[in-house]
Amino acid sequence: MAECRKNAQLMHNYLDGELSSNEQRQLKAHLDACKHCRQHFSELKKTIALVQSCSHIHAPEGFTERVLFSLPKEDKSVGVQRWLRKHPFFIAAALFLILMTGSLFSNWQKETESFAFTKYDNIEVEDHTVIVPEGEVIKGDMVVENGDIRIEGEVQGDVTVIKGERYMASAGKVTGEIEEIDQAFGWMWFKIKETAAELFK
Amino acid sequence: MELLVQRRIKQVLKGDQNAFGEIVELYKDKVYQICYRMLWNQHEAEDAAQETFIKAFINIHTYDTTKKFTTWLYRIATNLCIDRIRKKKPDYHLDAEVAGTEGLNMYSQLASSEKLPEEALESLEMQETVQAAIYQLPEKYRSVIVLKYIEELSLQEIAEILELPLGTVKTRMHRGREALRKHLRNM
Repeated sequence: MAECRKNAQLMHNYLDGELSSNEQRQLKAHLDACKHCRQHFSELKKTIALVQSCSHIHAPEGFTERVLFSLPKEDKSVGVQRWLRKHPFFIAAALFLILMTGSLFSNWQKETESFAFTKYDNIEVEDHTVIVPEGEVIKGDMVVENGDIRIEGEVQGDVTVIKGERYMASAGKVTGEIEEIDQAFGWMWFKIKETAAELFK
Repeated sequence: MELLVQRRIKQVLKGDQNAFGEIVELYKDKVYQICYRMLWNQHEAEDAAQETFIKAFINIHTYDTTKKFTTWLYRIATNLCIDRIRKKKPDYHLDAEVAGTEGLNMYSQLASSEKLPEEALESLEMQETVQAAIYQLPEKYRSVIVLKYIEELSLQEIAEILELPLGTVKTRMHRGREALRKHLRNM
């Protein structure tokens, strides 16, 4: 009987997959000799097979939804972050627009004060007013920012006045286009056109 | 697989519930199965399985990412089931044998509305008998048997899930097997 008890322990060790080959031989020898233990061993193996044959069951329908529904409410910002992660193009476009307008507007602000104009030798400047004197001819475009222009002579090109006034004397002549820009958007459009023109030069 | 789970856990740590939904999808069957075999009641099993995931979500920051995720998750599940078993004692079960009527359970006292084919009935009966045998085990043996033979986990993993020394798990396994044998040997 003591022999059988010792072998019962070996049986379980065998079922746990922890028997040395020496112990295995020992167990086999005992099982060959003892009918009672042979029976015991086969019952154990059958029991395990029965338990393992239990059909695998699945969680009920809608399980995940119900779990998620019961979770504490998530942070709003996470939802936004997730949405943004799924729409990278939107972020790129938005970022571009923000930076673009931001830099342009800051330029607009910065340039509000400074009076600037395209330099030519034959023009006169008088208290924020650029004067193209009578009889003078300017060959090229003329841009005046934050100031006025009075044309008494001739400009063989375009004239653009940003945030300023344009006065034409009766004898004054402009061969190209004349443009006056007062609004930020107009100014922006002018800047973009200018950049594009430079790019394609 | 583990890598994917670790990535999802990082997102969950940031509070992303959709990432947690993917984790639930991956493990819901396994967790539900543990709960069902431990509790042998669909309603209770679903309750316990849901509680497992909710607890996992709330305590996700306590999970040590260097360890296996399932070990941590199954620990929550088995602990919840063992708590439930202890709380609801004594109880009776629809599938438990009715006193004085050996081999009969309450199913046989309910009028069956539709006849099952002979074979399906037989295998269904066998499933019921096996489940009943598992269910009559004391919970400390039931958990090791379910984890080993239904979830097919290693003894080492079971020891980690139950936070017990390996030797204790082995002893419980031996006793559990013997108790099961007494119930199932005549099948």
